[in-house]
Amino acid sequence: MATEFPLRRIVDHFDGKVVVDAAVTDMACVTVKPADLVELCLFLRDDAVLKFNFMADICGVDFYPEMPRFELVYHLYSIPFGWRIRIKCRLADPPLAPTITDIWTTANWHEREAFDMYGIVFEGHPDLRRIYMWKEFEGFPMRRDFPLRGYKDKYNPFGVEKKVEGEQQ
Amino acid sequence: MTEVTVVQETATDSGLTREVLMNLGPQHPSTHGVLRLLLQMDGEIVERIEPHVGLLHRGTEKLAEGFTYTQIFPLTDRLDYLCPPSNNLGYALAVEALLGIEAPVRAQYIRVIMAELSRISGHLLITGALPLDVGAMTSLLYTMRDREMVMDLMEMISGVRMHTSFCRVGGVREDLPEGCVERILEFCDIFSARISDYERLLQNNRIFLARVENIGNITGEDAIALGLSGPNLRASGVDWDIRRDAPYEIYDKLDFNVIVRQDGDCYDRWKCRVDEMRESVAMIRQCVQQMPEGDFLIDDPKIAFPVNKDVLAHSMETHIHHFELSAYGFKVPAGEVYTAIEAPKGELGYYIISDGSEKPFRFKVRAPSFVNLQALTERTTNMKYLADVIAMLGSLDPVMAEVDK
Repeated sequence: MATEFPLRRIVDHFDGKVVVDAAVTDMACVTVKPADLVELCLFLRDDAVLKFNFMADICGVDFYPEMPRFELVYHLYSIPFGWRIRIKCRLADPPLAPTITDIWTTANWHEREAFDMYGIVFEGHPDLRRIYMWKEFEGFPMRRDFPLRGYKDKYNPFGVEKKVEGEQQ
Repeated sequence: MTEVTVVQETATDSGLTREVLMNLGPQHPSTHGVLRLLLQMDGEIVERIEPHVGLLHRGTEKLAEGFTYTQIFPLTDRLDYLCPPSNNLGYALAVEALLGIEAPVRAQYIRVIMAELSRISGHLLITGALPLDVGAMTSLLYTMRDREMVMDLMEMISGVRMHTSFCRVGGVREDLPEGCVERILEFCDIFSARISDYERLLQNNRIFLARVENIGNITGEDAIALGLSGPNLRASGVDWDIRRDAPYEIYDKLDFNVIVRQDGDCYDRWKCRVDEMRESVAMIRQCVQQMPEGDFLIDDPKIAFPVNKDVLAHSMETHIHHFELSAYGFKVPAGEVYTAIEAPKGELGYYIISDGSEKPFRFKVRAPSFVNLQALTERTTNMKYLADVIAMLGSLDPVMAEVDK
């Protein structure tokens, strides 16, 4: 796979705003604040030495009960050079992230999925609706405090009783 | 189709034109599963397509968080149910990367043989079903006949036809049965002669060509921005195949061509798959030739069940390991990994975050069909009429079980 990866180039270009996550061993990994995410993605895509033109995946992660709990993980690939990079972006509470649909069209559905499953709101997204669950569905099923069987209602007799306090959304 | 919703009515010289909303699916043969397309139509011209997915959502990722690493294999089978061995392979690679182990060479060969067989089976379905969608019935019956041979091979190897769950972390469940290699080679001989038949049946068929040629063209640049992968991307002239560019398992020992076509229309996407089946046959032949004797499962009692079951009767220690493995599963060191493989539909990625326990903390599937299907929403050139949408959908080859996870 990747022979030499100019990770330094990214870090130097952003001068402290992008930090290398050395704990990750399977591929290059950087962490960034939500405010700098769009700039970083644009740089990675357009830089002639890097050319990370393929956005493979956006993954929401919930670290509940750790606070702030949500993180977004982006996986990019550079088709010309065969490099992969992971971008991690820890979100504040309530979870708000900038959209990258303007950079890669494919991000549209990935972001809708993260919204549907975790309730992460992507600012500027053209069409932020639930994608898997139906539109009347309450709650965000992939959150770690959401029970596997869902909450009890007339359609779901095997669900968990909803607690009166403590449960938001 | 249910009641028609009128979006807009305009009076023109020739009468009244109405823009209507129309449902295609969720139960429609051409949607290959439960996909609902909401189409905004001006007569027969499609103005806007809005796919509604999720009707088959089973919560694979949520379920996986409560399963041990071995129990997740059957879940991955049910993603792209046409090619379970590929899904198993990708997942096994991810867990093995976390554990820092590698399957024995023979197991790698067996996995690749099965993955390539399943690629043939998956591609066979679409090379037959796309013509069916656009009105040519014959091809599907032929391709299903051959797909049946692959199914029989799967049954011979794993005992089941579809959801094989044959991979294990650190190898495969069993060795190839006796006589299997001969059967695989026999299949290769019969099948490689037949591919050209199917090709001839369709590629000179003017009716088929009229429906797919120059329909739904996607340029290479658009395809990358849309995140297309696999044959859909290569049909648009982007030369990228994970098997060649980041070889996993033993793909670096195989000699094969990456099929790239330039137009990016429905025909190219179809043709790309037909040619890929030829390459797969060649790869299977090479695998069979190169495959060494040896272990098919890693010899680590903490991770894999003992290959020799007789040991269980004599060795207490093996018994304890067996019990622990069955009851609790094995622990995986904390860390995270993203592995991507070239599944028949495109880049199949597994992103696993482990917290050091027996169950994954986060299990994310990058399903290629999910991403590929999104191309329908974009205004690609030459996709004007309702009939073109059917051809486009067929050529993108989504498997709804994978889209909905």
